[in-house]
Amino acid sequence: MNDATTAANAKPWHEIVLATLKANDVKLIVYVPDRVLTKLIAALHADDFFIVFAATREEEAVGIISGAYMAGMRGAVLMQTSGFATLPNAIASLVAPSQIPALLFVSERGTLGEFNLGQALVAKTMRPVLDALAIENHTITRHDELEFIVDRSIKQAYATQAPVAFILSPLLTGGKVLAS
Amino acid sequence: MSNAGFHNLKVMNRLDLTRRMMAQLKHDEAVIAGIGNTNFDLWEAGQRPQNFYMLGSMGLAIPIALGVAIAQPQRHVVALEGDGSLLMQLGCLATVAVQASKNLTMVVWDNGLYQITGSQPTASKATADIVAIARGAGLANSAWAADEDEFERLMARALEGGGPSLIAARIDNHPGVGKTERDPVQIRVNFMRGIGASKS
Repeated sequence: MNDATTAANAKPWHEIVLATLKANDVKLIVYVPDRVLTKLIAALHADDFFIVFAATREEEAVGIISGAYMAGMRGAVLMQTSGFATLPNAIASLVAPSQIPALLFVSERGTLGEFNLGQALVAKTMRPVLDALAIENHTITRHDELEFIVDRSIKQAYATQAPVAFILSPLLTGGKVLAS
Repeated sequence: MSNAGFHNLKVMNRLDLTRRMMAQLKHDEAVIAGIGNTNFDLWEAGQRPQNFYMLGSMGLAIPIALGVAIAQPQRHVVALEGDGSLLMQLGCLATVAVQASKNLTMVVWDNGLYQITGSQPTASKATADIVAIARGAGLANSAWAADEDEFERLMARALEGGGPSLIAARIDNHPGVGKTERDPVQIRVNFMRGIGASKS
């Protein structure tokens, strides 16, 4: 399987994410990279609409987009599951109590063919943390649902001043498999 | 400017320096204050709608300030952070250096202590040099303030907008004086109004 789990002529998943971010005026993209996100990150860098750069840690990225939101610019953080695992304090002590609509895109590692035990274990902390903090979260597995879920959820996040996490499943992205 | 011998710097007072910093703000500059004594003294120095008082997320004052600086490049942004908080998030200095926002000034209050938790020593008490670390991260405009006059001169130069700039000051162990109201939503909304940002 590759990242084109799509019908012929359909846009790849990363183009849909980029277009939906742009349509919702989400301009600032701060990331800690992941192999699965490579094409999305490259396309964001290539598009002048976006301000895109890497942070050294995911919580730093959350701080940056939180500041930008308070100053009138919408932003999102891109990361992988192990990166999300570093975030509970930043979410619980900044984003959630301040009601900041942080958009968190997490490429899902640790499942559906994961080869790294460290990734497999840390992935199991993600949904319990999101649920414990009552953070809206969607695991996106289907290409035909991607735009609807991301578009509607971004609009809800800003309308309700609430963060949202998008978990991008290997069923959507192809994931990362051990090179043979 | 002091390039070496940070152990020999004058030990100053955080509230006094915060007041000196505030006195130089003439253009609705945004101020992001890190947790604990840093924002208690900012509160005491005079509340203004352009101040953001952090109540958690230790170490994120500079990242939050960077986000404000990127979103509003015409407004100068000052981050106030303690040594313990900065040591937790040193990578942000490298990110700031890469982004090179001219409208960002970072002030680090260094008492060599995790003061609010019982004054345990930080790595900067005797060994880690905050300014050397900042320069190593690529922030050329980084300096120790040797005394109050130099702090004011460095601050004035930083506010001219040639930054990003980092100013570090050795401070005493006097506790924070004010008491920030602990209502995160109210703090955010006041700050957003203060810097002219509406809910998007």
